[in-house]
Amino acid sequence: MRDRFVNQALTKWMEGTGKESEIVISSRVRLARNLCNIPFPNVASKAQAQAIVGQVEAAIKDAEIEETAGDLIFVNLEALEPLDRAVLVDKHLISPQHAEEASGKGLILRADEAVSVLINEEDHLRIQCLFPGLQLEEAWELASRIDDLLESKLDFAFDEKLGYLTACPTNVGTGLRASVMMHLPALVLTNQASRVLASLSQIGMTVRGLYGEGTDATGNLFQISNQVTLGRSEEEIIANLVVVATQLIDHERMARQVLLKETNPQLEDRVCRAYGALTSARIINSQEAMTLLSNVRLGIDLGIIQGVSPRVLNEMLVLTRPAFLQKLAGRELSPFERDVQRASLIRERFSLDG
Amino acid sequence: MYCDECKKRPATVHVTKIINGQKSEVNLCEECARAHHKEWSMAYDDNFPINKFLAGLLGFDAGKATGSVSLNLHAPGKCEHCGANYNQISQSGRLGCHQCYDRFQDKVEPLLRRVQGSNRHTGKVPKRSGGSIRLQREIQSLRAKLQQHVNNEEFEQAARLRDQIRELEKGMAE
Repeated sequence: MRDRFVNQALTKWMEGTGKESEIVISSRVRLARNLCNIPFPNVASKAQAQAIVGQVEAAIKDAEIEETAGDLIFVNLEALEPLDRAVLVDKHLISPQHAEEASGKGLILRADEAVSVLINEEDHLRIQCLFPGLQLEEAWELASRIDDLLESKLDFAFDEKLGYLTACPTNVGTGLRASVMMHLPALVLTNQASRVLASLSQIGMTVRGLYGEGTDATGNLFQISNQVTLGRSEEEIIANLVVVATQLIDHERMARQVLLKETNPQLEDRVCRAYGALTSARIINSQEAMTLLSNVRLGIDLGIIQGVSPRVLNEMLVLTRPAFLQKLAGRELSPFERDVQRASLIRERFSLDG
Repeated sequence: MYCDECKKRPATVHVTKIINGQKSEVNLCEECARAHHKEWSMAYDDNFPINKFLAGLLGFDAGKATGSVSLNLHAPGKCEHCGANYNQISQSGRLGCHQCYDRFQDKVEPLLRRVQGSNRHTGKVPKRSGGSIRLQREIQSLRAKLQQHVNNEEFEQAARLRDQIRELEKGMAE
């Protein structure tokens, strides 16, 4: 079973390493790029889409790219089973949109999954780098280097005034969307989260749930990203986000100290009950699992629970997702069967540490 | 049945709340329900579909910017390069190709200023396709640095930068 976790589920961002990793789960940088003279994916014909896939596939076979970016694997999404594509979504390697309609779509993955290049999603190319902890600068540097190498082979649509041209005007300019996924349970428990996070929109940041636009902030996980992509340099965008993340980390730490001091028995009770439920439950839905895992993780961070790896939350974020459960079971599962499978998987994972 | 809130419009939305085991039911009309929904959903909720929102802005822009019939007549038709027409774009919130930015410039520019707060890229420039603009930007930034060195009376560094700028300018002239 342990092998299964290691071989199939774990990806770099789940390692729980990197700076500030007790609060920042992962850092991601995405660059949107398009090729000149071919319509954007929403308008391109199937033949045009396939031509792009071919061009990009040829471009990455370049030795110099391999040297910088590491071992890159090209995946034709059409050749993957829908369930496998769903697993890639669970691992945050591709977007749900990319997985849904696989025709004429491709993906380039680095062996350690820290780099993925989506071909023909909303834009011709989306270069993504996903690192554990707070490592936005590192992710940007790597994404930019891969961008340079691809640009040396491919003609990108670029305008002197507007910068990189993208299908959606919200990405034009730098094409850069940087985001950090943060675990902020103490801000939520002390009722500060909505106030603090709402204020971010006033400084050009957006806050979303775990799986992007239109999803809830289950498990007290929030994804904070830059909203503006035009008129600011990449370095400014990244630096702003680092400042915001650092402030949120400080707020969260302070809130945790307050909780520890003022409501210790209640906090301990909440954490230990969550641990008890997770290690005993026979049926558990994903929402409940996320909430309990968030509490357990807070308990680990505060030293209330010992002997459990802080990685457990990061890993379970992916492992307890419907697609992954079905992948592990090797067949399609009804929602009820998934809840049973999820509970058993969580018990098994906790027994590894216990 | 009338709406519990305004007591005027017919109730079409029925909400059951269970708080601490106490069940309560509210019957609302669509309008009051919407007002309630806003209250219930959290302030940071970002659930609205961005493309629809943009499409709305584009549509709104079309009405506002054109205003008069004469301008409406010359309202954009089709992008010759990808075939996308303005209708499609304003509905999907997405442009069809890089040339659409040029073709529908008078619609996209005000939108960008509104959504992005700016309409001028100041970031990275691609090495190959960026060509002269990359050099220009580099010269600009070197000039700024040179000025700083002059202000600090660091003439040696300033002279080095001056030579560097000359080199680049030569490159541009070629």
